[in-house]
Amino acid sequence: MTDLKRTCLYALHESLGAKMVPFAGYEMPVQYPMGVLGEHLHTRAQAGLFDVSHMGQIILGARSAAEALEALVPVDVLGLGEGRQRYGFFTNDTGGILDDLMIANRGDHLFLVVNAACKAADLAHLEAHVAGVEAVTDRALLALQGPAAAEVLGRLVPDVGGMRFMDVATWAWEDVDLWVSRSGYTGEDGFEISLPEHRAEDFARALLDMDEVAPIGLGARDSLRLEAGLCLYGHDIDTETSPVEAGLAWAIQKIRRRGGARAGGFPGDDRILDELANGPSRRRVGLRPEGRAPMREGVALFAAEDDATPVGAVTSGAFGPSVGAPVAMGYLPTDLTAPGTRVWGALRGKRLPVQVVPLPFRPATYHK
Amino acid sequence: MKFTEEHEWLRIDGDLVVVGITEHAAEQLGDVVFVELPEIETQVAKGDEVCVIESVKAASDILAPIEGEIVAVNDALVDNPGLINEDPLGDAWFFKLKVDDLSVLDDFMSEDEYKDFIA
Repeated sequence: MTDLKRTCLYALHESLGAKMVPFAGYEMPVQYPMGVLGEHLHTRAQAGLFDVSHMGQIILGARSAAEALEALVPVDVLGLGEGRQRYGFFTNDTGGILDDLMIANRGDHLFLVVNAACKAADLAHLEAHVAGVEAVTDRALLALQGPAAAEVLGRLVPDVGGMRFMDVATWAWEDVDLWVSRSGYTGEDGFEISLPEHRAEDFARALLDMDEVAPIGLGARDSLRLEAGLCLYGHDIDTETSPVEAGLAWAIQKIRRRGGARAGGFPGDDRILDELANGPSRRRVGLRPEGRAPMREGVALFAAEDDATPVGAVTSGAFGPSVGAPVAMGYLPTDLTAPGTRVWGALRGKRLPVQVVPLPFRPATYHK
Repeated sequence: MKFTEEHEWLRIDGDLVVVGITEHAAEQLGDVVFVELPEIETQVAKGDEVCVIESVKAASDILAPIEGEIVAVNDALVDNPGLINEDPLGDAWFFKLKVDDLSVLDDFMSEDEYKDFIA
C-alpha cells in the first residue's frame, strides 16, 4: 500500500465512510455504506456522483494538434466541431489498443481524458508526436450520472440543460470555471465535470447535499459500465485486441477508412483497415450465463460442452443489478458471435451454458 | 453458538449442527448475488468446499467446519441470496450436518473469542 496517490477528494470519501482500495496507483473508493448493489441501482434511478480525478486530463494547445493527433488515433479529429467530443483510442503498430480516451474540441485547444493506469505512457506517446502537450494536474474530475443528473446539476449550473450528448462547454460556478461534457461511463444521461482542485470538495458537497445524489464507488462504476456494454481498458481491450475485434468500428469515421480522404495514417492501419473491409476473426460479444452463477474475467469459453480446447474467454463479468442476472463480455470466433448462439463456460470444474446476446445489456438513455 | 476462523457459525439443533456465516463475513463479502448449495446426503470431511457464494465483488467458498453428513440445505438462499446480508445469523443458515459426536464443537471459538479474533 506504499506510494499510493490520493485524489483531492480523499478526505470527502473518508468522511462519507468509503471503503478505499488501491486502483491504478491511487487509493480510491470502491464503495460507500450504501453498498455496490444499492449504489448501482441508485445511479440508474436517480443520480450518482463519482470521483474520477485519478484519470488523466491532457490539453493539446498547438494549432497543429488535431492533425498530429490523427497520426495516433483512427478518429476524425480535424472534423470534430468546436464544443463536441468524440470517443477514440491510441493504436499500436500491430493494430492493438494502447488506451481508449475522450477527445474534446474546446475551441482553442483539444482536451483529452485518458485512463489512470495509462496516463504516464499516453503522455510520453503524445509528447513524442504532438507539439504543445500539457498534463492538467490541478483539476479534479467528477462524473454525475443518472436520470436526475441534468436536473440536479442544472440547480448549480442552469446552462447545462441545453447541452446534448457529447457536447462540451465551459460554465461558471461561483468563482471557478467548470469544463463540462455531457457524457459518461454508465449508459445513463450525465456529465463529466473538470474543475480546479481547491473547489472540488465544495462542488461535490453541493451536489451530495441534494436528495437525489449519492456518492458511487468503483464497484458500481464497473457493474454500470458492464451493463452498458462499455469496454474496460486492460480487460475488454488491450494491446492485443484491435478496435474492430472489440466492436468499436463505429468510432472510426468513414474519412479514416479505405476510400476516405484521410484513410489510414495511424499505427496499425494495415490490420485495422483490412479488418474493417473483410471482418475480424474474433469479436467481442455480450454473454448471458443461463444459470445464476456469475462468470467473471478469465472464464474459458468452449464451442461444445465437452470440447477440450477453449475458443475464447470472458473479459468482464459480474452480476448485473439492473438486469437481475449475471452478465459478461468476452471474445469468440466470428462464426460463434450470432446472437442466440450457445457456448459453454468452464466454472469450478463444470461446463455451464452461456447465450451470446447483443450489447448493451441495457439500452443507453443518452440525451441526444 | 460457536465460531470458526473461516467466519462461520455453528449452532446445535437437536442432534444436528447448523452452519452459516457471520455478520462480519457477510459485511466483508458485500451484497451476495449467488449461492450454490451442496447435495443432501453428501458425506463431507473437515475443510471440504461445500458451498459457493458470489457477491458483487468476488466468489468465495464455504468449507465444511467438521466432518459429517449434509442432511438439510437452505433452498431459500438460492432464490434470495440477499438474505445472507439481511439475516446472516438467523434465516440465512446454509446447511445442517449430522455428526457422530457433538463435542467436536468444543474446539471452536465462543462469541467473545470470535469478537477478539476479528477485532
